[in-house]
Amino acid sequence: MGESIVLSAVREPQTQAPPVESTPARVKTADVRLVGVTKRFDDVVAVDDLSLEIERGSFFALLGPSGCGKTTTLRMIGGFEQPTEGEIFLGDREVSGLPSYKRDVNTVFQSYALFPHLSVLENVAFGLRRRGVKGKDVQTRVRDMLRIVGLEGLEGRRPRQLSGGQQQRVALARALVNRPRVLLLDEPLGALDLKLRKQMQLELKGIQHEVGITFIHVTHDQEEAMTMADRIAVMNAGRIEQLGTPTELYETPQTAYVAGFLGVSNLIAGTVAGPDRVRLHGGPEVRVPPAALAGRSGEVAVGIRPEKIDLSGEHENRIDGRVVESAYIGVATQYVVETPCGRLIVYSQNTQPGSGPSARDHATTLSWNPESTFVVNSMEEEPK
Amino acid sequence: MGFLHRHRGLTPYLLLAPGLLYLGVFFAVPLGFLLYQSLESGNFDVGYSFTWAWGNYWHAIRGYSSQFARSFEYAGLATVLALLFSYPLAYWIAFRGGKWRNLFLLFIVAPFFVTYLIRTLAWETILADQGPVVRFLRDIGILGSGGRLLATSVAVVAGLTYNFLPFMALPLYVSLEQIDQRLIEAAQDLYASKWKAFLRVTVPLSLPGVVAGTLLTFIPAAGDFINAELLGSTNQHMIGNVIQSKFLELIDYPAAASMSFVLMATILLGVALYARAVGTEKLTG
Repeated sequence: MGESIVLSAVREPQTQAPPVESTPARVKTADVRLVGVTKRFDDVVAVDDLSLEIERGSFFALLGPSGCGKTTTLRMIGGFEQPTEGEIFLGDREVSGLPSYKRDVNTVFQSYALFPHLSVLENVAFGLRRRGVKGKDVQTRVRDMLRIVGLEGLEGRRPRQLSGGQQQRVALARALVNRPRVLLLDEPLGALDLKLRKQMQLELKGIQHEVGITFIHVTHDQEEAMTMADRIAVMNAGRIEQLGTPTELYETPQTAYVAGFLGVSNLIAGTVAGPDRVRLHGGPEVRVPPAALAGRSGEVAVGIRPEKIDLSGEHENRIDGRVVESAYIGVATQYVVETPCGRLIVYSQNTQPGSGPSARDHATTLSWNPESTFVVNSMEEEPK
Repeated sequence: MGFLHRHRGLTPYLLLAPGLLYLGVFFAVPLGFLLYQSLESGNFDVGYSFTWAWGNYWHAIRGYSSQFARSFEYAGLATVLALLFSYPLAYWIAFRGGKWRNLFLLFIVAPFFVTYLIRTLAWETILADQGPVVRFLRDIGILGSGGRLLATSVAVVAGLTYNFLPFMALPLYVSLEQIDQRLIEAAQDLYASKWKAFLRVTVPLSLPGVVAGTLLTFIPAAGDFINAELLGSTNQHMIGNVIQSKFLELIDYPAAASMSFVLMATILLGVALYARAVGTEKLTG
């Protein structure tokens, strides 16, 4: 399944320089289009004036904490909820108002929702039979799909005779066998243990390449979203905070919320001191890409990912500090460094055994490449 | 405690003992005695003696075949009617009852606060020839001027349906209430309309309740005599009426006992065939 990752990288070349806009107009054919969609439950606004286009054949993730509106958005696309305002299109067809059974969309539910009274074969055949596919065709298509998800030979079993991972595969096969326009996945891996989850992430990605159907995947797990999705919409309070490729979101988050939700980041408060310069509060002046500043002035926050910081003064942006804590975590050593601008986290790759400083109170100079810096508005709060 | 610790294996049997003892004394022994009686001959005046009188069974079947047939016909009708009434009722309470569910369930059980016999007597009064229901039906012409409700099979079947309805409704409610609503959503996601989702998912998953409910209704209804006694006439008499009168009025114990065994055997056979047809899996869920 590893090759699918390579394929995705080839298919979706990622720009080296940080793009100015994180939502480029790359959308070719929109398979799913949401226009100004709002969903209110009584007084609670679950989804707030959301517009979104999802490209045909892409693996799209809605990422956010619980209560951010990602599941409600998915349920509206699936037809389980109707939007209070706005329109939903599948291809060119407006589907808002249509019930789920009239939409060319299938769902892999978080709980799997397999029919306990039916065999694996009949579970997978359910949608085909409702659409009037007959006898031999049903058998062939079900068996083909069970082979794709690696469940051949289990046709006669009941769901309760299967392991969690196998049930997950049945749920996937049951949805995919209908060859829907769009497949919705609602936290499909949440119930699996870590090892199986990692394996299924890669398998799902591979299956998506094999079938070429648009996948919309809802998750709160940033790593899962980044592993699988071509594009991710980070949601917060019913709105899309930022939309882009995993690389864009990670390298150039537009808000502190996104920076904090995807991975670890160091955010240092500062004041804009020039078209490419920011004076850090309590520390030195550093250079940032002009594009990252994007015309901001006054108070901002400068962000640097922990792995972009070196424990040597080789790069242009420098700050002195003192190691407070170090933890060896295999691929990297994690340092907490006390600096005039506050505590910074640094990941240093363990390319040579025992290369980094291990002693506490070790004085050091941290440095990083200006190109690895991003800037967000200072007033924004980090999640959690 | 020391004893139990040394003989752990005995614990299940000790836990079972009170129940088994009760069952033995109050069920197995009387049943054995009834079997013994059913093979006696003689009469009330000279007394009964055990003679392996298998003829009692032959006589029970030959002499009262119409009452046997009527028992199963009425019980079957009442079971089907109770199912037709209870299913929508239980469905509505389970899925639309909301926070009032328990109150609605209480309404179903409420008649049990009054004795079975009293309730049936009340129906006898309500359906009486001079009663308001008959008068109204005569007025609007559904019943002729001499038409009655009492002493008809309609009244007996209606009484049976009414009296055993809770035994149908409650197991149905339990099995419907357990159905995960996400399965219905999944069915609709897989192109099943609401009606199709009901037929393909809700109905099969509620079958354990249907099976339990039909058995709990049919078995006691087939042996019932109160409804036929109070709401019917001799033309509506079921086998329960015959057994009751043989036991208590004619004091013909061998005949009554042999009929009881024929009834029991027939019901057991019927239940076995039914369980086989729907699959025993449905009984246990």
